[in-house]
Amino acid sequence: MPVVSSTKDSEALTMTFVSEHAAPPERVWQLWADPRLLERWWGPPEWPATFPQHDLEVGGMSRYYMTGPEGEQMWGAWTITAIDEPRYLAFDDGFADEHGTVSPEMGVTRAVVSIDPTDDGARMTIESTFESVEQLEQMVAMGMQEGMTQALEQIDELLV
Amino acid sequence: MRGLADIARPRVTYNFMVVDRWTDAEIDRIFQALADSTRRDIVGRVVEEGCSVSVLASAYDMSFAAVQKHVAVLERASLVTKVRRGREQVVHGNLDTIRGAARLLDEYEALWRSRARRIDDLLSEN
Repeated sequence: MPVVSSTKDSEALTMTFVSEHAAPPERVWQLWADPRLLERWWGPPEWPATFPQHDLEVGGMSRYYMTGPEGEQMWGAWTITAIDEPRYLAFDDGFADEHGTVSPEMGVTRAVVSIDPTDDGARMTIESTFESVEQLEQMVAMGMQEGMTQALEQIDELLV
Repeated sequence: MRGLADIARPRVTYNFMVVDRWTDAEIDRIFQALADSTRRDIVGRVVEEGCSVSVLASAYDMSFAAVQKHVAVLERASLVTKVRRGREQVVHGNLDTIRGAARLLDEYEALWRSRARRIDDLLSEN
């Protein structure tokens, strides 16, 4: 299990998530920078993500949608606020319509990604800050299928 | 005084997952209450142990009445409860509501756990 630690603050509505991977920072960075690779891990298998736009530069935008089992789409958009390849990426992750127009009333999740070299590879730290409980709830609802994926994986393990 | 967890809430089903949901009005009150740094600080102080309004007031560079107003906003959002003890009013954190946010953060953490696993799978591909 690559997860090293996870620190949550339910008053400040923040989470710091740390994982370690047996690959140099440059390769971990590629998984963020290359939209075709990003698509392979951002969404769960049942809700794969597609990034038709991915402009990794300060002020640049990424638009993505996640496609559900019934063909339904949920759109989101990132606005890049800071970047230092291959170590640092900061962006605001918001809800959007299919044109990538962000819904400001829903607020954004501020995300800061740090990728640091270790003796064995890289340590990735994600700091997420939510604007409100409501917005956190929306983010979780959007990723709710993750919980199902996990439940199914656990069932698979029991069946072995 | 009832916490949010005691209040009958509509339940929404996401596929097989059944989750509790707050009403929009409840969420608005929690959101507005936690949008202020003094109020977040108050919740942090009273979550472990109750604290009187006068002790709280001495901790901040503002009037007793101003602190009392902050406490009232937190109370309306069910984030704290106020209990009279003699001549004092003691403020306690309402864990049901605070845990509501904690539960959501747990869900969000689960999302990142599976992302980290997929990242690991991709990195070990070649």
